[in-house]
Amino acid sequence: MENTNKRYWKGVEELKNDIEFVKNANREFNLDDIDTVEPTHRRDFLKVLGFGLAAVSLAACDAPVRKAIPYLNKPEDVEPGIANWYASTYAEGGDYSSILVKTREGRPIKIEGNKMSSLTKGGVSARVHASVLSLYDNEKLKEPQKGGSKISWADLDKEVVAGLSKGGNIRIVSNTILSPTFKKVIADFITKYPTAKHITYDANSVSGLIQANSESFGQAVVPSYDFGKAKVMVGINADFLGTWIAPDVFAAQWAETRRLSSSKSGGKNEMSRHFQFETGMTITGASSDYRSMIKPSQEGAVVVALYNKVAAALGGTPISGPAIEIQNLDKCAKELAAAKGAALVVSGSNNPAIQTVVNALNSLLGSYGTTIDLGNPVNFRQGNDADMNAFINEVKGGQVSSVIFLSNPVYDHIRGAELGEALGRVATSVSFAANADETAAKCKYIAPAPHYLESWGDAEPKKGFYSLMQPTISLIYNTRQAESSLLIWAGGSGDYQAYLKSSWKSILNGGKSWVQALHDGVYEPGASVVASGASFAGNLANAATAIASIKGSGIELSAFENISIGTGTQANNPWLQEMPDPISKVTWENTIAISQKTATEVGIDQGDWAKLTVGGKTIELPVLIQPGQAHNTVSVAIGYGRTAAGKAGNVGANVLPLVSNGQYWASDVKLEKTKSGYTLAQTQTHNTVMGREAVIQESVLSEYVKNVKAGRFEPKLQTSEGFKKPGQITLWNGHEKKNHSWGMVIDLNLCHGCGSCLVSCQAENNIPVVGKAEVARAREMHWIRLDRYYSSDAPHEEGYSPAGFRAMEIASENPDVVFQPMMCQHCSNAPCETVCPVLATTHSSEGLNQMTYNRCIGTRYCANNCPYKVRRFNWFKYFENDNFDYNMNNDLGRMVLNPDVTVRSRGVIEKCSMCVQRIQLGKLEAKKQKRRPVDGEIQTACSQSCPTNAIVFGDMLDPESQISKTLAVEKEGRAFHVLEEINVQPQMTYLTKIRNKEGAPKTETKPSEHASGAHS
Amino acid sequence: MIRNFYKSLLALAVVVTISFSNAFAQDSTATTAAPAGGGDAAKGEQLFKGNCAQCHAATNEQIVGPGLAGVESRRDFAWLKKWINNPMGMVASGDKYANEIFNKFNKTQMTAFPNFTDDDVKAILAYVTQVNAAPAPTASAPGTTPVAQSGDTGSGKFVNVILIALLVIMGLVLVALLGILQLLNKLTDKTEGAETTSGKSVGEKLQSGFKDIVANRTVRIAITWVFILLATKATFDGLYGIGVHQGYAPKQPISFSHKLHAGEMKINCAYCHTGVYKGKQSGIPSANICMNCHNTIKRESPEIQKIYTAIKEDKPIEWVRVHNLPDLAYFNHAQHTNVGGLDCKNCHGDIDKMEVVQQRSTLTMGWCVDCHRKTEVNGKDNAYYDKLMEAHSAVSKGSMKVEDIGGLECARCHY
Repeated sequence: MENTNKRYWKGVEELKNDIEFVKNANREFNLDDIDTVEPTHRRDFLKVLGFGLAAVSLAACDAPVRKAIPYLNKPEDVEPGIANWYASTYAEGGDYSSILVKTREGRPIKIEGNKMSSLTKGGVSARVHASVLSLYDNEKLKEPQKGGSKISWADLDKEVVAGLSKGGNIRIVSNTILSPTFKKVIADFITKYPTAKHITYDANSVSGLIQANSESFGQAVVPSYDFGKAKVMVGINADFLGTWIAPDVFAAQWAETRRLSSSKSGGKNEMSRHFQFETGMTITGASSDYRSMIKPSQEGAVVVALYNKVAAALGGTPISGPAIEIQNLDKCAKELAAAKGAALVVSGSNNPAIQTVVNALNSLLGSYGTTIDLGNPVNFRQGNDADMNAFINEVKGGQVSSVIFLSNPVYDHIRGAELGEALGRVATSVSFAANADETAAKCKYIAPAPHYLESWGDAEPKKGFYSLMQPTISLIYNTRQAESSLLIWAGGSGDYQAYLKSSWKSILNGGKSWVQALHDGVYEPGASVVASGASFAGNLANAATAIASIKGSGIELSAFENISIGTGTQANNPWLQEMPDPISKVTWENTIAISQKTATEVGIDQGDWAKLTVGGKTIELPVLIQPGQAHNTVSVAIGYGRTAAGKAGNVGANVLPLVSNGQYWASDVKLEKTKSGYTLAQTQTHNTVMGREAVIQESVLSEYVKNVKAGRFEPKLQTSEGFKKPGQITLWNGHEKKNHSWGMVIDLNLCHGCGSCLVSCQAENNIPVVGKAEVARAREMHWIRLDRYYSSDAPHEEGYSPAGFRAMEIASENPDVVFQPMMCQHCSNAPCETVCPVLATTHSSEGLNQMTYNRCIGTRYCANNCPYKVRRFNWFKYFENDNFDYNMNNDLGRMVLNPDVTVRSRGVIEKCSMCVQRIQLGKLEAKKQKRRPVDGEIQTACSQSCPTNAIVFGDMLDPESQISKTLAVEKEGRAFHVLEEINVQPQMTYLTKIRNKEGAPKTETKPSEHASGAHS
Repeated sequence: MIRNFYKSLLALAVVVTISFSNAFAQDSTATTAAPAGGGDAAKGEQLFKGNCAQCHAATNEQIVGPGLAGVESRRDFAWLKKWINNPMGMVASGDKYANEIFNKFNKTQMTAFPNFTDDDVKAILAYVTQVNAAPAPTASAPGTTPVAQSGDTGSGKFVNVILIALLVIMGLVLVALLGILQLLNKLTDKTEGAETTSGKSVGEKLQSGFKDIVANRTVRIAITWVFILLATKATFDGLYGIGVHQGYAPKQPISFSHKLHAGEMKINCAYCHTGVYKGKQSGIPSANICMNCHNTIKRESPEIQKIYTAIKEDKPIEWVRVHNLPDLAYFNHAQHTNVGGLDCKNCHGDIDKMEVVQQRSTLTMGWCVDCHRKTEVNGKDNAYYDKLMEAHSAVSKGSMKVEDIGGLECARCHY
């Protein structure tokens, strides 16, 4: 970084040198600003002391009698203390993942990706990781309900069947259903009740895309995209690495086009080029090479302009469209045209006209048959907005006599409020919700369905790609699968397991046995089908006219889906609520994201709350100054503002009613400041690196091709014998590693900030949830800090002159972004170890920095002395504490805890252990089989879950391991240690970020000597 | 004291000779008898005790399956071999006798021994014949049990014995000292004049002697110091003992006897504690494991009936946990038993002699660490350790202890 001219900053407050930031920069935790915990008085202290002493002496007298309760009839394959793994499927509203579920003593405790799936390839998102906690939500319904009081299943069945049999229109309303067998159940139900109809909608709809494909190609489907084949890819308000359709699938493909290798023989120095046009900053935009800001109303114009420019180059018919000036548009069109046959343009718009033009553009670029495959469509989104609108109108008109809900439209549909009011007119209304959500509360009956980890099921995410779902725990409450209920109401037996098995006979068709399919979790007869082309036959002129009529005015509002909460189905999951948004780093609420310029114009600032009004509808939210936000726009995440999600989930405000046109944006937004002095629970500037600068190292591809060490900062220290590398002068003796040397390589080029590692780590290591107030005090406990750095192109030297400041201001409107997962670096010369007065943190002979909780006395010297600020202090006892009423405060919620990892108590430091429990287990397995561990069999929670394989874990002493091979190649290439100049010799290595961008960064002429602290 | 020592030495010898595993199960009685016709009875005994004795007696006695006395006269060798190799296959094939016997014994499936060769079966049959030919045959190995009763000497008791012995010695020394003191007094009295002392009785003399001792400042200081030291030691011992439950032997819901099952019946520990070689926990046997034998053996016993009640009521048996490690310490059985090759007794003591299981070791960290310092790594024939062995032998001539490969590092047990 030293030899580039960039300045890095973690948040606007750092760039502006905000007074609060400056005050807290030197501190580990902001202590004094928020005062919700009452100070302790002397008398209270004495009381506590007295009781404490009494309790200690009592406890010391007699140890409690502990029981050992064995199985009555132990299943043959279950051995207490040994985990069992089952293949299953996560399919929630069209979001799909083929997973493996780790169970201990019959309870699922961890979810990992199933590498046998050629679709998701073992990639698992943060939401899938967190779904295991939703299983143990103690606010779920414990039995069927009628009007809020309990009812037996037999009575419920009788009454519902009576209601259904009265005739009249019956409607089944759901989000996308991926299960072919569930659809068969619905078909059976419709055969029994011919007036029934199945309505599908999606909370974040791509109905426009499906409609456009129907008009353009006669196929009402979402095609499968292959970003891996694209040399130039363009996203227009499509967050395809974060939330759009199948982000984990796309991220894995995308990453393969971004992977580099510095090998002298056969290295890879080609990368795809990624353009992104978007309103708010998403992780896709952050990871792109060229990011341009557009207003939501400009989406159509951008697409048309891009089409016309490409058509001019490739000889297509131009269409009329509004003139538009957007940065990088010409360049983008030129490169797209040049990459014909290996280009891909995607748009997140729900407008069929825009999608039609995108189809025409892709057709022009020859994408069909290469990067887009219409012949093998995906089923991730099947919602039909027109059907849903018609259904709501029917309900309002009193034409529906029975309705069965498989989803929560009263909350997550744009017209949810209307539907909620009209539901009283439906004679028989049933919901399958697991808890009394917004829709279920308005229904007559709730027939609670179990969590997917308690259920049988299947999925067909893509044509010819099947996967199975199996229960990994017996039913926790008196619930019944929706499929069983529908079968019973249709007069069947209700045994869905048998139904599924017989239905799969035709799917398997002799290709695999049922048991084998269940074991593998997936069955993919369609994997070998080649992509097929398609010829565009849509009406471009009509589309152009429709696009020309899109008008935006004033400040525009964009409603987007964020990574952690999504559409809000898992809002009551405290892991997800506390997961910082990858970009804004805000936890526990949604915000009004606005650019600094627009905020100044409106007269609001960060720390304020503002009222956001569109067409008479108002929500009130805190303001977030978001670099990269298009001017005169605001972005608000959907999925928040639940009112009946539960104690963790009812936070933020619901923006959906404000974007009533179904396009997820609105114009003429009014903003009004309501209050100020608010502290967002934002983690971005916590644990700052104190102005040390060699943290991020990056370059551009053109430089990298010339020199694989481009962007590397190699510090030299001045000694009496001239300049020396930091490793050559040392006070330390180092540690000998004879057996293993565990380490990680993290490729900054592949990390797109999805946060899957963070939640995976939380699940694996029993990391507590601390709540909004504690996060605001910088006391979050996550072992991985997913650092997000903005950078400005302001010249380093001029940065301190008025001109430089001005340059910085301009750059910060649309900064470059780098993500850097930062966890304990397991330094071989660990500064934390030397300062611990009780030797609670020590070094192992395998390169691990060990933290011994039972020895720690909580001086926090180690956290103070850690250059990477990765140590976390337990300020409170986070379990069995009513002040932290999350999963660790109830028996059911505690079932998710990993029994191999200690639950830390108050007053001790904790940090990344490099999943030492997994290392120990892997070693033991190898020892039992009298062999050395094989590379890949031991994985940390983060390396296992990374959808792009950006994190590689392994034994650096094993010459055959992937990490050794990578390091051998990259040692003289992209590999660097963070803060190399302090010579702590970390076990973690990072690989430089390379952007496929033109324009080489200016290299400083300054000599490269460096002493940390010389720059402030 | 010498006798005590002798006794405990004897016990130790017994501990060494009696082992859980089948490999050591043969005892001296086997070698005394001459091999019977056709098979090696000694080998047969080993096989029988290791594989058959859990369900079959060599006599007419019925345990789970029928007694084997005279089995050769009931069936020919070919049939028996076939049956032993694959009993359920015989039943399935519709063999009349096989089905009869299967039904007679409540359709209890016999474990198949497909690896038994002709020689093995012959050896077993030879052993059965030999047992029945012997004048006073018994099914179990009687030679070992009486010794086991006398050997009930744990290390805790041993320490007590030493303490008592020491106290006795101290008493004797005290008496001797007093005697010397009296003698000295007498001598001094003589020099000063016989008349003054001769008037006093022996009792008075003792009293005054005692008073003198008490009045002596040095003695008083010494006594005070001894008292302070003892009190301090007692306090420290008490504090160190907090949370240490050595000797903890709670009453269990079912008075299960390890002495009977592991000691006399020589059932392998892993038969019930199924996880002991596989994973972290050795596992408390589930009721279905008990039922493998107790669906035919001693069904009427009130203790066994408790298992039946538990099964009937679908309520698991709530055993009281004896060995309680704190949650902050991770212990894995497989590492120690399977990889380390340690015997259960190493930590659990003579379980095979315990009517009621008690915690024999302190289970303190000092105890763990001590063992890791002393114990040699069982690295032979284990490719995992090759690299470490090589590295160790390069720098040291001594054996490779657990300590040498990081066995004292915190994160081996604490994470």
